[in-house]
Amino acid sequence: MKYIKFLISLVLTIGIFYALNTKLGAIPPLGKFLNPSSGIWQNETDESITGEIFIPGLTEQVTVHYDELMIPHVFAQNEHDLYKAQGYLTAKHRLWQLEFQTHAAAGRLSEIFGEGTLEYDRTERRRGMGYGAEQAIVYMEQHDTETLSFVQDYADGVNAYINQLDPEDYPVEYKLLDYGPEAWSPKKTALLLMYMTKMLAGYDDDLEYTNILRLVGQENFNLLFPDFFDSTDPVIPKDTDWSFIDVPQTELPVSQMVLDTIAETIEKPHPDNGSNNWAVSGAKSVTGHPILANDPHLGLKLPAIWFVMQLSTPDHNVFGATIPGALSVISGFNQYIAWGETNATRDVIDWYKVAFNDDRTQYRYNGQWKDVRIRVEDIKIRGKESFKDSVLYTHHGPVVYDKNFKSENGRSGYAMRWVGHDGGNNQKTFIELNTAKNYEDYVNALQYWNAPAQNFVFASTEGDIALWIQGKFPNKWEGQGKFLMDGSNPENDWQSYIPQKFNAHTKNPERGFVSSANQHPVDENYPFYVFNDGYETYRNRVINTFFRSKEKFSVQDFKELHNNNYNLKAAELVPYMLEHMDTSSLSEDEKTIYGEISSWKFNNNIDEVGPSIWRQWYGKLYHMLWDEFDDEDTALTSPYTYQTIYLLKNYGDHKFMDIVETTDTIETAKDLFLLAFKEAVVRLKEIAKEDGDYAWGNYKGTYVGHLLQALPAFSRFDIPIGGDRNIVNATSKNHGPSWRMIVEMTTPPTALGIYPGGQSGNPGSRYYDNFIDDWAAGTYYNLHFLQSNEADSAVIGTQTLIPTSHD
Amino acid sequence: MTKHLTNFLATLILAALLSLFLPWWSVMVAALVTSLTLPLKKAAVFFVPFLGILLFWSVYSFVLSSTNDFILAKKIAQLLQLGDNPYILILVTGVVGGLAAGIAAVFGKQLIVLGAKK
Repeated sequence: MKYIKFLISLVLTIGIFYALNTKLGAIPPLGKFLNPSSGIWQNETDESITGEIFIPGLTEQVTVHYDELMIPHVFAQNEHDLYKAQGYLTAKHRLWQLEFQTHAAAGRLSEIFGEGTLEYDRTERRRGMGYGAEQAIVYMEQHDTETLSFVQDYADGVNAYINQLDPEDYPVEYKLLDYGPEAWSPKKTALLLMYMTKMLAGYDDDLEYTNILRLVGQENFNLLFPDFFDSTDPVIPKDTDWSFIDVPQTELPVSQMVLDTIAETIEKPHPDNGSNNWAVSGAKSVTGHPILANDPHLGLKLPAIWFVMQLSTPDHNVFGATIPGALSVISGFNQYIAWGETNATRDVIDWYKVAFNDDRTQYRYNGQWKDVRIRVEDIKIRGKESFKDSVLYTHHGPVVYDKNFKSENGRSGYAMRWVGHDGGNNQKTFIELNTAKNYEDYVNALQYWNAPAQNFVFASTEGDIALWIQGKFPNKWEGQGKFLMDGSNPENDWQSYIPQKFNAHTKNPERGFVSSANQHPVDENYPFYVFNDGYETYRNRVINTFFRSKEKFSVQDFKELHNNNYNLKAAELVPYMLEHMDTSSLSEDEKTIYGEISSWKFNNNIDEVGPSIWRQWYGKLYHMLWDEFDDEDTALTSPYTYQTIYLLKNYGDHKFMDIVETTDTIETAKDLFLLAFKEAVVRLKEIAKEDGDYAWGNYKGTYVGHLLQALPAFSRFDIPIGGDRNIVNATSKNHGPSWRMIVEMTTPPTALGIYPGGQSGNPGSRYYDNFIDDWAAGTYYNLHFLQSNEADSAVIGTQTLIPTSHD
Repeated sequence: MTKHLTNFLATLILAALLSLFLPWWSVMVAALVTSLTLPLKKAAVFFVPFLGILLFWSVYSFVLSSTNDFILAKKIAQLLQLGDNPYILILVTGVVGGLAAGIAAVFGKQLIVLGAKK
């Protein structure tokens, strides 16, 4: 008996130890997780912003003043110390996010989550994320060891922080997922930049277009997906003189299309990733100083994607938004200039069909066989054996799709040609922009920038405004890269690049303002081929119309424009639909909602019902119209909104309007308006029943979600903010202005900024999400630009980073 | 009764000391040690160290959390589906620690029983 009791108690003891020490499914190891000495209770704390911290490798003391927004103002004696301090402070406030984002970039999530994320990891590996990051490091090693040494400084700073930690100090997400941080390295910075490149220049529809071309033919394709819409208001003004460009566009070769059928394509970045930026000249500014604004539209995430800092040495003093993992300020200002970015959305991904030999060791190119290179991706999986994925590389790039991945053809595959693999020196652009003093410095800084191509807006205290569309752009032949190409034909390769000095740009244009909102970069007169790869067509026109509407503009005007909820898209279609729809069959309910949308003035404010009716109505209409492209077995896409509305208004009787399913009737646009309206009303009534009403704020339900799939406990929901995609205030459900900045070029510049989050990455900190309410209300914070290393009244704490002596 | 109090206090103090350099299972070690050195009988074998550690973990977590307005505790309570109530999380924390300690103490008791009557 006593043995049995003993055994039972032994089993119980081992059992309770195991149960409380092990992560079971989504449940964290409760003993580790909840014990007050090293569990989450240790994260129930504010930021430490005073005292002295010893950091190995610093050459001199660094002072960090914190203001009440928890923005660190860093005063270092040289750039090496500055980037060490930036690494250290970023890790201190954002360690988990810093590391998690690069794990995601590298396709290493299965190390944390197990098998469930293997497909994601494989996709990222096959996209060549790690390969691209390695190319960037190789480039720096060969051409720019100075930048690489700064990247190493940043890594040293991050590691100095990690090395100070005991497990009880780890951010709460590590405890929840039961793992710990690893050392930071320059490659992780390169991975972070690849992550941004993927997010902003990783979108393409080449394979979908190939399928559509096969389905509908060339003529219909051109109607649905034109290179230029019927009207454009491009980034670089239409009247720009391009006569200085003396390099011709690549000549059109005689090559055959490859009309394959592709069933499934890899996951793409969010199509709403975009941004606004603009600047007015001194002559167009109420105060006589140029004013510049930037608001990048990205996923609304917690911890926030941005971390605001002031970074200074005796030689420069810069302030603005940084991205954890990258050095220096990304969107900001210094004493002389201000700058910001929007996505240039150019097509820098192309696909090639590659034919292999029997054992897939060689591929056909230019009538000969060329060797493939194999890169073995070793994907570690938590609690399981690693998964080894052999990715074949051609001179085009990685063969993303082959018999091992989303394809069944043993003898062929699709190789990806992406400028993101070319190994650029993007980090140098930011480091140099941070220290730039004038237009020439800005232009010099930009030349290193490869991808993601960006519209860099610029303003200086000297009074210049400018906008360069910077990236490494292949000089394509007409139509190149719109569809899958034959990878064995050398004429299909990228033949050359547009010389950097011929990238489209404008300096001090006559109209007195520059702006970009992801629209078409140029009009048809630009002498190189620019394919419409999903350009925006609404925000740009609202912005430019605003700046043409009066003589002078103030900071207040800029704020109002950031928060402008005017829905130009709806304004261009709703009156037409109301006018042409046959209303004789409307029921009482339908008439009520018809009345509601008729009286809408096209502002997406939170208390309006018009935006919700529009969203339902247009959503139903769009699906009815493009039912041709709703096929589960083939990867397809549908035409852009602008062209959809254009076709509805101008080609109302086209065969695409017909609903395929109803074989006995032929629908026209007018029929679709009514059918879609009736369906929308049914859904709106349901929503009203479920949620009480369908006012836009509730209907949209904007939230800022934690990086762990919007884990509810760490996210913020039902944020009262208007706007939507294609609206200047581009706040949709979980996407929108991730940083809003306005800088007036006084001496020194005066700046406002805000973002939907907070400086701390710790969900237990009051600084985790403290900006969100003010952001939603459309207000801004004054960015306190310290001109010297002296704590003034705005400083709430000062911390000193002190070099430890080397033994 | 004094025996109970002695074991209670000894478990609590030993656990607090061990927690400075051992992971969470220091409470199991503490309860095991006191169950061997200050043996109790019947239900007290389990419940005295259980209450000792429950008190230690809940008071300690309360102190840490109250200075920060329970910001994180509320979120973790939501995460573990305990409503938004930080006090329930504090109680659960205490019970988790207490359970581990109590079971370890029962094991200690069985060790003694096994040793004594051999």
